[in-house]
Amino acid sequence: MAEEKKIRVLMAKPGLDGHDRGARVLTLGLRDEGMEVIYTGLRQSPEMIVQAAVQEDVDVVGLSCLSGAHKTLFPSVVEQLKSKGVEDVLIVGGGIIPKEDISFLKEKGINAIFGPGTSIKEIANYLKENVKRS
Amino acid sequence: MELVDSMLAGNEQSLARLITLVEREAFEVPEIMSRIYPSLGKAYSVGFTGPPGGGKSSLVDRLTAVIRGKGFSVGIIACDPSSPFSGGAVLGDRIRMQQHYLDKGVFIRSLATRDSRGGLSRAARGALKLMDAFGKDFVLVETVGVGQTELDIVDAADTTVVVLVPEAGDAIQTMKAGLLEIADIFVVNKADREGADSLVSELEKMLHQSPKQEWWDVPAMTTQAVNDIGTEELYQNIVSHREALEQTGRLALHRQRQRKGEFIQTIQHRLMARIMKLVETDGSMMASLEDVEKGKTDPYSASMEILTNKTLLHNWLAELEREN
Ligand SMILES: Nc1nc2c(ncn2[C@@H]2O[C@H](COP(=O)(O)OP(=O)(O)O)[C@@H](O)[C@H]2O)c(=O)[nH]1
Ligand SMILES: [Mg+2]
Repeated sequence: MAEEKKIRVLMAKPGLDGHDRGARVLTLGLRDEGMEVIYTGLRQSPEMIVQAAVQEDVDVVGLSCLSGAHKTLFPSVVEQLKSKGVEDVLIVGGGIIPKEDISFLKEKGINAIFGPGTSIKEIANYLKENVKRS
Repeated sequence: MELVDSMLAGNEQSLARLITLVEREAFEVPEIMSRIYPSLGKAYSVGFTGPPGGGKSSLVDRLTAVIRGKGFSVGIIACDPSSPFSGGAVLGDRIRMQQHYLDKGVFIRSLATRDSRGGLSRAARGALKLMDAFGKDFVLVETVGVGQTELDIVDAADTTVVVLVPEAGDAIQTMKAGLLEIADIFVVNKADREGADSLVSELEKMLHQSPKQEWWDVPAMTTQAVNDIGTEELYQNIVSHREALEQTGRLALHRQRQRKGEFIQTIQHRLMARIMKLVETDGSMMASLEDVEKGKTDPYSASMEILTNKTLLHNWLAELEREN
């Protein structure tokens, strides 16, 4: 009678930019893919994101950043999750990320980066195939 | 269980994982619950119910600030509906509570309704207990709207706050009875808009007409969550209700009744789940279920057949023994 596993996603917008249309569209899209998406709102510091991820016990942390500060903000989230002993969360990023930054971010522990053109289906499939927790 | 020990020692991550286990109705749940049982009963719980968009999350956010100001810790359980089409959900209550994200004294957890078979109220009750055992002084539970699940959830809370908006006058007429029954405190939020005071008088009229409980006068009050107006008064009303419950011995009675209910529900739920699993894996049982669906057998004789089926009961006992 145990529930089938639901994928829980924390959708977060670190940094100071004020646009969350993309994050909102993705939030609704992932809901339609059967996931539970916790939306935390604009202008989140890495500390706030990590705290929410811990309390909500999510499988995925999705980071969206348009301000260009992804190179410091994304790795900071990874670092802080690690320091709390959270190693089994999938961390993915999106927004406006220059191609040349992708390998740097992956080295820093971001599992995947999705560019502006990526379809929701593609993202959902990636998440379904790669969540680390059973 | 290591997870329970570290939760009781104050580890938030363990608390979060335990809530997930409760939410999934994992097989460890009875063990978890019995392990935390000695630590229960210290938290005071407040349920918030009312139509979507009325300002429940905003009020919970403001009230949390008031409670923190008094030096107490807070757990928040925020429920949102699952999509009946995809089974997914957007859990957005947290957006209103950002000011508390970094406060170590506040733990927020969002829950989706998932199935409609009482799953959420079981999960919410379980989460409430875990937060109690964790040491939260107050646990605030926000429900989805007004319906049966909501009633089940707020029934687990010590004080129930019904949140309405000034435009709710007509709606109230139709749900009068149910609301009167559950509300310990009425809040008309968004009082910055027209009509709040007249709704309050309407509520007061209703409250006077209904047979009055002598030990508690249900207050009807206004708030403006966005402007942080009325939240201290709301806290004071909650405290007064708590005192009334305690002084009349009703809090103890309420909790007695809850323990009994939980005992019975747990047995019912577990028995049901096990029997259904056996039925589902038994060819002849499935066949008789199909006969019921097609109308060949009536549901009553078919269920008697299951309840008196020796092999089934036998297997069931064997399974119970294996699990224990
Ligand atoms: N005008 C006004 N709007 C409010 C007030 N309290 C909350 N709101 C707004 O009402 C909307 C829904 O609030 P929310 O707390 O999410 O309601 P819930 O669905 O009951 O949890 C939000 O846009 C709030 O900003 C209030 O006192 N006055
Ligand atoms: Mg809400």
